[in-house]
Amino acid sequence: MSDDLKSGRIVIVGASLAGLRAAETLRDEGFVGQLTMVGEERLPPYDRPPLSKQVLLGRVRAEETRLPRRREVDAQWKLGVRATGVDPIDQCVVLANGEELPFDRLLIATGTRARPWPKAEEAALEGVFTLRTAEDAAALAERLDAGPRRVLVIGAGFTGSEIASACRERGLAVTVAERGPAPLIGALGGAFGAFAAKLQLAHGVDLRCGVTVTALNGRDGRLTGAEFSDGSRIEADIAVVALGAVRNTEWLADSGLAAGPRGLACDAGCRAFNMYGIVTDNVFVAGDVARFPHPLFEYQLLSLEHWGNAVAQAEVAAHNMVNPGPQRRPHLSVPAFWSSQFGLNIKSVGVPTFSDHVVIAQGSVEERRLVAVYGYRGRITAAVSVNRAKWLEHYQRLIETAAPFPPEWDGVEPPVSRTPVPSDVPDPKVLSHGPTVALTGHLPDRRLTLKHWGG
Amino acid sequence: MAAADTLFRRITDYANRADPYPLYAELREHGVARQDDGSYLVGTYHEIAELFHDPRVSSDRRNRTVPDDSGEAPGIPVAFIGRDDPEHERLRNMAMRPFGPPHAAERVDSMHGEIAQIAGELIDGLRGRDRIDLVEDFAYPLPVTVICRLLGVPREDEPRFHVWAEAVIAGFDPTPDSDPAERQRTAMQARSAMGEYLGELAESRRGKQSEDMLAAFVNDPGPSGGFTRPELMATSVLLLIAGHETTVNLITNSVLTLLRHPEALELLRDKPELMPRAVEEVLRYEPPVQLLPQRTALTDIEIAGVTIPKGAPLILVLASGNRDPRRFQEPDRFDPTRPDNQHLGFGSGVHSCFGAPLARLEGQIALTALIHRLDGPRLLQDPPEYRRSPVLRGPRHLPLAISGVRD
Ligand SMILES: Cc1cc2nc3c(=O)[nH]c(=O)nc-3n(C[C@H](O)[C@H](O)[C@H](O)COP(=O)(O)OP(=O)(O)OC[C@H]3O[C@@H](n4cnc5c(N)ncnc54)[C@H](O)[C@@H]3O)c2cc1C
Repeated sequence: MSDDLKSGRIVIVGASLAGLRAAETLRDEGFVGQLTMVGEERLPPYDRPPLSKQVLLGRVRAEETRLPRRREVDAQWKLGVRATGVDPIDQCVVLANGEELPFDRLLIATGTRARPWPKAEEAALEGVFTLRTAEDAAALAERLDAGPRRVLVIGAGFTGSEIASACRERGLAVTVAERGPAPLIGALGGAFGAFAAKLQLAHGVDLRCGVTVTALNGRDGRLTGAEFSDGSRIEADIAVVALGAVRNTEWLADSGLAAGPRGLACDAGCRAFNMYGIVTDNVFVAGDVARFPHPLFEYQLLSLEHWGNAVAQAEVAAHNMVNPGPQRRPHLSVPAFWSSQFGLNIKSVGVPTFSDHVVIAQGSVEERRLVAVYGYRGRITAAVSVNRAKWLEHYQRLIETAAPFPPEWDGVEPPVSRTPVPSDVPDPKVLSHGPTVALTGHLPDRRLTLKHWGG
Repeated sequence: MAAADTLFRRITDYANRADPYPLYAELREHGVARQDDGSYLVGTYHEIAELFHDPRVSSDRRNRTVPDDSGEAPGIPVAFIGRDDPEHERLRNMAMRPFGPPHAAERVDSMHGEIAQIAGELIDGLRGRDRIDLVEDFAYPLPVTVICRLLGVPREDEPRFHVWAEAVIAGFDPTPDSDPAERQRTAMQARSAMGEYLGELAESRRGKQSEDMLAAFVNDPGPSGGFTRPELMATSVLLLIAGHETTVNLITNSVLTLLRHPEALELLRDKPELMPRAVEEVLRYEPPVQLLPQRTALTDIEIAGVTIPKGAPLILVLASGNRDPRRFQEPDRFDPTRPDNQHLGFGSGVHSCFGAPLARLEGQIALTALIHRLDGPRLLQDPPEYRRSPVLRGPRHLPLAISGVRD
């Protein structure tokens, strides 16, 4: 039995971070069969986090973010071609060029794409960008080099905030428009968002919260400016649409799998569910496209857009693809991600949106170095550090052991106040940027959120 | 079996210097072991790693219940290694400015050629000899020359600062049974003297064009305003000592280990690309810094079922964690091809070794040069005579027979 699993045909759809790490793990674990990698992008697997950071600053070229290879994968690469469907009966992946790839086991790692500007005509204006691929980043960096008069960033999630930060570092004028009350609140809640707002203002960003962009204006096919819901307007020659991500699941519409806008649902072992909620045993999923249950967060299904999750989940999925039942592992890693913006390193562990309150455990907002701890019903569920990432392992352990909230001890750099405040986790519907962590069950802080937003 | 609460005394006992590893195994059996003086020894990998990232653990001895001001010397404050954030971070960042990223990201790498040349010259000097002392002839002069050039300290002053460095190190030797008060007085005087010396050197560079770190400290203070004179003295003393008293052990321990494992030596001769991993494995297997006696619990900390009370000294035995079978497969085997080798040799967390990139580079260059140029090296004494310190552990001398020196 287990010998069978080490051979046969495996197809991986999505040749990016999760796909590559899964392929490497398959070989590490002794898979000797036929391996095929299908990817819509022409470039071999590359890294996305630098695209909104070093690449926009002109420090690294977009073509230079190739992912380092951990080992040879000996695969057949089909790059620049889209998979259009999975035939669950014949067990094959269908490609846009008509080719059919039969498989014994399939890994789906198709990630997400940038949510486009909803009005196609405006989106087509020269100067309007989204940022998801190396191509996007190269084109945007080139335009920033040319010294635009003003850049408009639509959406103040992580990507939008990083883009704004890069523009300010280049000395460019930037307007950020966010429908919610502050930047980053989709991932970190309103209390943290207030800090993020101050940070952007201090760095000279023209930050406009609580507004939506109602129109992108153009002349002769080029962007000239934008209008806002509060009646104001600006001139800008670049607009970056940073409205969050859309899961690449449409191609699975006829596959019979539990795929939808929130991702492809799977069990803790990365095995995809079919549309009836029955777990499959030959279709696996990993990375941004996956939606998986997590025991630390009341078994809610989580959709994450985190680099570390893509790697960890790919490794578990690959392991489980080539090992029999008793040796299979659960994907239980605590969510974690980082961001750098406005000279700060922000890192998060756990799920900050799974919280009702937040308290500063170390440092202070004034000093711009702190660890904020999030709690839900008296236990610690997340921690976010600003320039203090090295302590986070400790907080991760507190999350894993459901330690009581608020933490009561004094550590290095004790905080000024230890009174928790509501974490103000918003309903994602009020954000213009999508959340990078989606709890696809109920939102714990919904009631508090509504209560606190009036002020 | 002797009681666990005397383990630290036995570990620091010079009689056990050559092979402390059985004591470390005993320590791991006990988990977290309270010592008869009220301090706590931790020797298991995961617990050490946890404590490194635990904000309830301080590096500042002033937080001890029994106040401990060892290291305080007149006119010269404690260096950042003995302070907590934000003070630690402020000082460390200023020290990093001319040494590493983000301002001097290329600094260490750019020394590659220079280090290789120094190593080459030292080996050239061994021609015609059939017996050498690896420590005196190579492992000591190499890092000293490197740190002198980096800091901007005249190499010919080595006899002076060597005496000071030895005294300072003897000061944090936690061996309980000798005369600690006297040793610490001498250490304090040595720190002050060394601080004055380095402070004056730095001052003499003010306004002058010079590539070294002392010059950078006074001429390019950066946005935070730079060091005060006492801070500069404390930091420079730390860098000079750490820069030349640890790498000597790394190089010597590496050679000793490779000569004890001829198959590994053969492998490295065939596959020089394994050298970076081999150095990591030495850092795991025979780490130059064996233990950190510096930490203190800021509050009651429960770990591995033991409550370490607020104010108690915490001693992290890195060399024991590095041999923990719950973390490393076959931990007592020296394996330069070991995958997944996240050892504790450079510590971890906010205080993780400042000079690690330089130590790694020196170790790799030194071993590569020795392996390729020394003909038929053999140990003449095994185990060799060790230096006194149980903290910075390494041979005082490593006599070798060689059949020649290759070009
Ligand atoms: C600008 C930017 C900055 C980021 N910064 C950070 C950060 O700082 N920290 C952090 O933790 N995370 C960050 N992330 C998120 C991180 O990059 C993602 O979590 C990670 O890329 C997910 O990898 P993945 O392989 O699951 O999906 P993706 O990287 O999205 O890859 C999916 C691949 O599948 C391909 N594909 C899709 N559909 C098909 C199909 N039908 N057929 C064939 N191929 C298909 C796509 O073209 C794509 O190449 C950032 C992302 C972006 C875009």
